[in-house]
Amino acid sequence: MTRKQKRLLVRIAAALIVFVAGLFLKEWWRAGCMIAAWIIVGYDVLWAAIRNILRGQLFDEKFLMALATICALAMQDWAEAAAVMLFFQVGELFESLAVERSRRSITGLMNIRPDTATVLKDGEEIVTEPEEVKLGDLLLVRAGERIPTDGVIVEGEASLDTAKVTGEAMPVDVSAGMRVVSGSVNLNGVLTIRAESAYEQSTVARILTLVETAAEKKAQTERIITKFARFYTPAVIGAALLLALIPPLVFHQPFAEWIRRALTFLVISCPCALVISVPLSFFSGMGAAAKHGIVVKGGVALEQLARTKTLVFDKTGTLTEGSFSVQSVHCTSGTEQELLRIAALCEQYSNHPVAQAISSACPDPKGEARNIREQAGYGITAEIDGKTAAVGNARLLASLGIAPEESGEVGTHVYVACDGRYLGMISVADSLREGAKETLSALREQGIERFIMLTGDNERSAKYYAEQSGVTEYHAQLLPQDKVGFFEDILSGKKKAEAVAFVGDGVNDAPVLTVADVGIAMGGVGSEAAVEAADAVLLKDDLTKLPTLLRIAKKKTAIAKQNIAFALIVKGICLILGALGYAPMWLAIFADVGVAVLTILNAFRTHKN
Amino acid sequence: MKKTYRLRDLDCANCAAKMENAINKLPEVESATVSFLTQKMVINYIDGTDEAAALAAIKKVIRKVEPDCEVLA
Repeated sequence: MTRKQKRLLVRIAAALIVFVAGLFLKEWWRAGCMIAAWIIVGYDVLWAAIRNILRGQLFDEKFLMALATICALAMQDWAEAAAVMLFFQVGELFESLAVERSRRSITGLMNIRPDTATVLKDGEEIVTEPEEVKLGDLLLVRAGERIPTDGVIVEGEASLDTAKVTGEAMPVDVSAGMRVVSGSVNLNGVLTIRAESAYEQSTVARILTLVETAAEKKAQTERIITKFARFYTPAVIGAALLLALIPPLVFHQPFAEWIRRALTFLVISCPCALVISVPLSFFSGMGAAAKHGIVVKGGVALEQLARTKTLVFDKTGTLTEGSFSVQSVHCTSGTEQELLRIAALCEQYSNHPVAQAISSACPDPKGEARNIREQAGYGITAEIDGKTAAVGNARLLASLGIAPEESGEVGTHVYVACDGRYLGMISVADSLREGAKETLSALREQGIERFIMLTGDNERSAKYYAEQSGVTEYHAQLLPQDKVGFFEDILSGKKKAEAVAFVGDGVNDAPVLTVADVGIAMGGVGSEAAVEAADAVLLKDDLTKLPTLLRIAKKKTAIAKQNIAFALIVKGICLILGALGYAPMWLAIFADVGVAVLTILNAFRTHKN
Repeated sequence: MKKTYRLRDLDCANCAAKMENAINKLPEVESATVSFLTQKMVINYIDGTDEAAALAAIKKVIRKVEPDCEVLA
C-alpha cells in the first residue's frame, strides 16, 4: 500500500466510526455527525471538484460525487450524503489497490536492471553505474548481484538465475571461459567477468528498450474504446440534462426527484471501467508472457496474434537449429563407432562447421592421427594406427580411385575410406529444432490454418524440413529481398479480419518482421534491428514457447472483450433503472467503481497460469 | 524526436485518455501516447521542436486534466 492509500484507509475508518455513531443520535447531533463523516472522507474529492470547476473540467467523477452528495445534503438527507461519499471512497481505494498490485506484479517481472557495477582496476574495486562500464573492463559480481553487462567469465564459478532474461526457470551453472548474459543474478559464487559489451549494447539494455517502447503500441480495441468514451461522455451529459429538465418543466414533476435521478444517471455513466479494463487485460497478458521469457511490445501484438490464421516461418535458425550436426552414419564395413572415430581423428583440428559437427558426435576419439593433410575442396587424409585414412567428399574418394555410394539424403555427405577400402558415409546437416513438429501440431489445434516456410536453401532440403516439421507450404531458394515480396503476397491474399504472423531468428529477417502483422523474433535480443522490428521477442531460442504466446494472446483478447461487454451491460441496465428512479445512489457507485474493480480482477483472473 | 517521460500520480484511466487527446492536438507534437498502466508518456515531437517549450505546454495540458499529476524526467 502506498502512503496515499494508507491515508485514505485511515480516513475511511475514522469516517465510518463517526457515521455509525451518528446513526444512534437524533436530530441535529445526527446531522452534525453525518456532515463530519462526509467531510472527513470526502474533503479531497470536494477540493478536486472545486479546482476542476475553476479549470473548466466539468463532469469528471469527483465533480459528480461532490454534486450528488451536496444535493443530498440540500434535501436534508444527511445519512445518504455521508454513506454515498464513504462508499465511493471505498471503491476508489479498491480500484487503486487493484491497479497498483497488477502494475507491480508486471513491472516486477521486468525488473532486470542491474543497480551497480563493480569494476576491478589495478586490484581496486570501484563501484559505479552500469552505464560507466567500458568494453574490456574486468567486473566483479558477488552472490546476489546482477551481472551488469554481457561478458565472459575470467575466474570463478556460480549458479546463475536467468529466469527474468530467458524465461528458463532452472539455474544455469557457469564457470571460467563461459559467456554470461547481463541481467542474470549470481546466486552463490563470486565471478570475475570481462565485459564484452558496453551497457547500452548489452542484452539487459535491449530488453529494457523493448519494454519501454511497449507503452507506445496500444491495441486497436483500446483506441476504439477511448474514441468511444470521447463521444459517449457528452452524450450522457446531454441525456442527464434532459432527464433533469424535461419532466419537471413539461410534465410538472417535482424538481428534486428528477435532479437526483439525473445525478445518479451521471455517476453510473462514468466511463472509467471501460477505459481501464481493455488496456489492463492486454497489460496482464504482457506480464504473463514475460513470465515465460517472451517480451511482447504492446497490446496490438496480442490482439493481432489472437486473430492469426497464417504462420510463416523462416527455416534456418527458426525451424532448424541453424547449426550442423551428424544426422546419420551408414557403414559399408566395420562399425559406426569405428567410422566416426576415424573421421573425428582426421577432422579434429579443422574449424569447418562440418568437421566440428563430426567432432562433437565423437568427442575425444581414441588413437592418434599423424600426417594430417587438408586438401581444400576435397577433404582430409591422415595416418591412423599406421593405416592411411581419407575423409572427405566424393571427389576426394574418386581421386583415390574409390567409388562411394550414392545417397538421396539431405545435407553434406562425408565419405570415409581406410587403406583404399570404402568404409561408409556420415551425413551432416542442420537439424530440426526439438519439438518443432509437436509445436506445429499444437498451433494447428489452436486454430492456425496455414503454415508456410520461406528459405534461401535449395528445393530438396526445403522439402525435407517442411515434411519433418509438418509445414504444408514452402518456398525455396529465396534471396532475403525476395522474402519480403513473398510475404507481401501472402498478406494481400488474406481475409481482412485475419492476421499473418512471421517467426524468424531476427538476424537477417528484420525487413519481414517489420512487414508482418505480428513479427516474432526468436533467440533473444541479439540484434538491434530485430528488437526494433519485432512485435514480440522470444528471449530463449525455444520454438515451444509459441503455443504459450498464442494461448495468452487469445485468452487476454477474449477477456478484453468480456470486460467491454460486462461494463456496457451493467451500465446500460443501471442507466435505465436510474432514469426510472429505481437505482439508489449506492447502486450507481457500484456501476461506476464496482464495475471497474470487477473488470480489473477479471483481467488478472488467469494470471497465475 | 521521440521522448519518454514518467508520470507520477496519474490516478485515473479516463484522465490519461483525455490527456492523450489534448496533447495530440498540440502543434509541436506529432503523436503522443499516455499509458495509465505504465505511468508513462511517449511523445513524438515534430522535428526541430524546442523540447523545453513544448514540454511546458504539455505540462500545462496535464495539469488542466489532473492537477496532481507530475511529469518526471
